[in-house]
Amino acid sequence: MQAHDVLTQTPAGLYCPAGDFFIDPVRACPRALITHGHADHARSGHGAVLATRETLAIMELRYGADFTTSRQVVRYSEPVRIGDVDVSFYPAGHVLGSAQILIEANGYRLVVSGDYKRGHDPTCVPFDVLRCDAFISEATFGLPVFRHPDPRGEVGRLLESCKTFPDRAHLVGAYSLGKAQRLMALIHETGWNRPIHIHGAMEKITELYRAEGVPVGETRKIAGKTGGSLGGEIVVCPPSATRDLWARGFSDPVVAFASGWMRIRARARQGGVQLPLVVSDHADWDELCSTILDTECQELWVTHGAEDALVHWAVQRGLQARPLHLMGYGEEETEAALPAQ
Amino acid sequence: MNRFAELLDRLAYEPSRNNKLRLMIDYFRTEADPDRGYALAAMTGELSFAYAKPALIRTLIAERTDPVLFAMSYDYVGDLSETVALMWPHPGHGDNHPPAPGLGEIIETLHATRKAELPAQLSRWLDLLDETGRWALLKLITGALRIGVSARLAKTAVAALGDLPANEVEEVWHGLQPPYLELFAWIEGRSDRPQTNDPAPFRTPMLAQAIDDADFPGLNPEEFRAEWKWDGVRVQAVGGVGANGQRVTRLYSRTGEDVSAAFPDMVHALADNLFDDVTIDGELLVVRDGMVEPFSVLQQRLNRKTVSAKLIAEYPLHIRAYDLLADHGEDLRILPFDTRRQRLQALLARYRGGRIDLSPLLPFDSWETLAAARANPASAGAGLNADAIEGVMLKRRDSIYVSGRPRGLWWKWKRDPFNIDAVLMYAQRGHGKRSSYYSDFTFGVWRAGDGGDELVPVGKAYFGFTDEELLQLDRWVRNHTVSRFGPVREVTANKSEGVVLEIAFEGLNQSTRHKSGVAMRFPRIARIRWDKPARDADRLEALQKLLRV
Repeated sequence: MQAHDVLTQTPAGLYCPAGDFFIDPVRACPRALITHGHADHARSGHGAVLATRETLAIMELRYGADFTTSRQVVRYSEPVRIGDVDVSFYPAGHVLGSAQILIEANGYRLVVSGDYKRGHDPTCVPFDVLRCDAFISEATFGLPVFRHPDPRGEVGRLLESCKTFPDRAHLVGAYSLGKAQRLMALIHETGWNRPIHIHGAMEKITELYRAEGVPVGETRKIAGKTGGSLGGEIVVCPPSATRDLWARGFSDPVVAFASGWMRIRARARQGGVQLPLVVSDHADWDELCSTILDTECQELWVTHGAEDALVHWAVQRGLQARPLHLMGYGEEETEAALPAQ
Repeated sequence: MNRFAELLDRLAYEPSRNNKLRLMIDYFRTEADPDRGYALAAMTGELSFAYAKPALIRTLIAERTDPVLFAMSYDYVGDLSETVALMWPHPGHGDNHPPAPGLGEIIETLHATRKAELPAQLSRWLDLLDETGRWALLKLITGALRIGVSARLAKTAVAALGDLPANEVEEVWHGLQPPYLELFAWIEGRSDRPQTNDPAPFRTPMLAQAIDDADFPGLNPEEFRAEWKWDGVRVQAVGGVGANGQRVTRLYSRTGEDVSAAFPDMVHALADNLFDDVTIDGELLVVRDGMVEPFSVLQQRLNRKTVSAKLIAEYPLHIRAYDLLADHGEDLRILPFDTRRQRLQALLARYRGGRIDLSPLLPFDSWETLAAARANPASAGAGLNADAIEGVMLKRRDSIYVSGRPRGLWWKWKRDPFNIDAVLMYAQRGHGKRSSYYSDFTFGVWRAGDGGDELVPVGKAYFGFTDEELLQLDRWVRNHTVSRFGPVREVTANKSEGVVLEIAFEGLNQSTRHKSGVAMRFPRIARIRWDKPARDADRLEALQKLLRV
C-alpha cells in the first residue's frame, strides 16, 4: 500500500476517497477535516467540518456561527471512523487547537502534518511524534538557511531594545492568530510586569486565548487615535498595521516584526523592519528533518513551502519523496513579509 | 564578536542618524577595551589585514553541506556570507565549549595568522559564534563589511562619550592606531589628549551631494565655484617625513586604502616633487599627449595584480588636483575653499614633470551659463577632454573641508543620462537587499531578424524603481513567466504584450561580448511604462547612433 492509495491530490486540496473527505480544502467542500484555524487552512462554507474544539471556536469567531452547515468536535488522539478509514487528531504545536491528522486504513498509517513546529510555545499543546508509513509535511521553511533560534532569546532582544530606547514605542508586527498570543505569553514569561498594548484587530482572538487559559498576561487595547507615545512599551499589532496611518500615531517607533522570514536580512530590510525577531510557528529546517526521521516514514509528500530542498534531502536518505506544490497555503507568514503596498 | 555583530545588525536596519548614534554610544559605553576600539576601527574603515577570498568560504561550506542544498540556499538568500552563516552546522560542543571569541581576539589573531592556517582558524571561530556573529565575521574577513554608518558618525559617537564635538576626535585621529586605547582613555577623562605621529596620514575626504533641480532656487551662484567633474578615480596624495628622516609618499583611495602599490609610476612622480607634509585631493586620470582619456581607458590600469612596464608606458597616469588639505604641517581644512585653492595653486606652480596639475575653475555668472557648459563641455573650454568629463562640481567658496558628505557645501551635477525605452525580457532574483524578489531585469530593444522584428538584450538593471514598483514588477514577472532557466525567468515579451521600461544610462561602449554589440554604463530603470505598448519600444539603431566612433 502506498500514500496515493489513501490520499489523492485535487484542485481543492488533499482528498481521501475511502473516507470521502478533504483536508484543509482551499474551496468549499461537502466534508472537510481542518488542521488549524489559520485562514489559508480553515475556510468557510463547507458542508461539514471536523476539527478540534479550539479550531472550531476560532473559525466561528472569524466567520460567524454559520461558517459550516454542520460541525463535529474531535479530541486529540481519539479515533473517529469515517467511511472505511479511522481518523485521529494529534497536537501539532503550531497554534491553539492545531492538529496533525492520522489516517489509518487496513493497518497502513498516513499522517498529514498540517502546519507544525517543535519549538517552545506556552500557548498550545506540544507536537506529538507519530510513527507512520507516509508523512505529508509542510515545508514553509524548507531550506537549511532557516534555523530558528530560541524564541526567548529573540524576546530578550526586544526587551533590551525597550531599555535602549525608552522614549520609543516598540511596534511588534505579528500575525493576529497564534503568533501574537505566543509573543505575549513569551514576554509574560520573562517577568515583564507592564501591560502589553494590542491593536484592536487582535483583541477578540486574544480574549479567546485567555478564555482557554493561555497565560497571555495583561493586555490593553489601543483605542482609536493612539494619543500617548507609549515610549519603551510593547505594542503588538498585525504586520500590515506597522505601515498604516495607525502607526503614525506613535512618534519615531521601533518597528519590529516576528516571523521566521526575518532570518533573511533582505526580507527584513525590504519590509522596513528595524528590529527583526526570528520567531516562527513553523518547523525550521532542522525540525523538519528530525521530525521526518522521527516518524520513521517510508514515503514523504511535501505540501507547501520550499518543497524541492526537503525532497532532495529525503531522497538522499533513501525515502520515497515528492513535492505536491499545493497552492494557497503558507500565506499567513509571507503576506506580512512583503514590502509596503 | 557577538555583541559587535548585534550592533552591526541593528545599525543596518536603523535608518535614522540619531538612532544609529544612540546604538553606537550605547555600545561604546558598555563594551570593554580592546573590543570597542576594534569595532571603531571596523566602522571607520581603519582595519587592515589580508582579506580572505570568497573561494575559501565556499570551500569551508562545501566540506560541511550538501552542494544541491547549498546552491538552493544561496540562490534564495543571495549573499554568500549570509548563506554560510545561516547554514553552518552546529558543532555540538556539549556544555563545556569555550566562550565565543571577542572582536579584539579575532583581529589580533588575524594579524598573526599565516595564510595556510586561516581556514582552520576561521572554522574554529564559526563553530563558536552564533548566526549573527558568523555573518559579521564572514563580512569582516572578506572585507565586505558594510556598516551603514559613515566614519564621521562613528567618531561622533565616540566623541559623545565625553560630550565632545566630533572634530576633536578628527584632529587627533590620524596617527592613532586600533584599538585606540589612548583615545577612549582621553575621552573618558582618564588621560591627556593623545599625540599623533603618522608621517603620511589619510584624511577622510569630503564628498559631494547630488544636486537636484529643486535645490537651485535656494543657491546663490555668487557663493559657488565650479569645476569639471573628471571621470577618473578619486585619490589623496600624501607626502611626509618619518621620525627617522625617511621620506614617505602615499596614494590613498577615497576610502583610505593605500593604493600606492598599484600606481608605482604615479607615486614615483610625486616623490620626485613632493613634499613635506602635503596632502592633495584630486582625480587620478590617464593623460596622453596632453589629452585626458575617458574612464574606459583608465580602467586598463585598475584592479591589476601586477603592473608591467608596458602598461605604465601605455597608460601614463596623472593627477588633476582640486584641493589641498595640509601644507608643511599646517592643517588647511579649516580654511575656506578659495584660500585652500590659492595655496594649492602656489604649491603646484613649483612642481615639475607635468604629472600633476590644477583642475581649472569654470567661470560662470548664472546657473544657466553653467547648465550650458555642463550640456556641452567641449565648447565650454574642455575641448578634446570632453569625453573624460561627467558633469560639473559646485563648491561653496567659503566652505571648510569637512570629512564625509556634509549637506549644502559641495554638489555634483552630473550630465543628463541617456534614455531609451526597452522591453523587459528576463528577470532574476536579486542579490543582497532585494534577494527575495525578482529585481534584476534584463531588457532588450527591437531589431530586424530573420523572421521579422526580434528583441535583442542590451542590458540589465537592478535599481531605479521604488519598493512599490518592485512589488508590481515582481508580481508581473511571476504571472508572465514563459520559461525558467535556474533562477532566471523568461517573461512574455512580444509586439502585443510586454512591459516597457524606460532605461537611463550614462554612456554606451562597443562590446564584442554582447549579442547586441553595445554595453551600457550604469543602466537603471527610470520609469515603468505600463502605458506604452511593447511594439513602440526603441530599436537597436537608436542605440547604435550613440556609439562613439
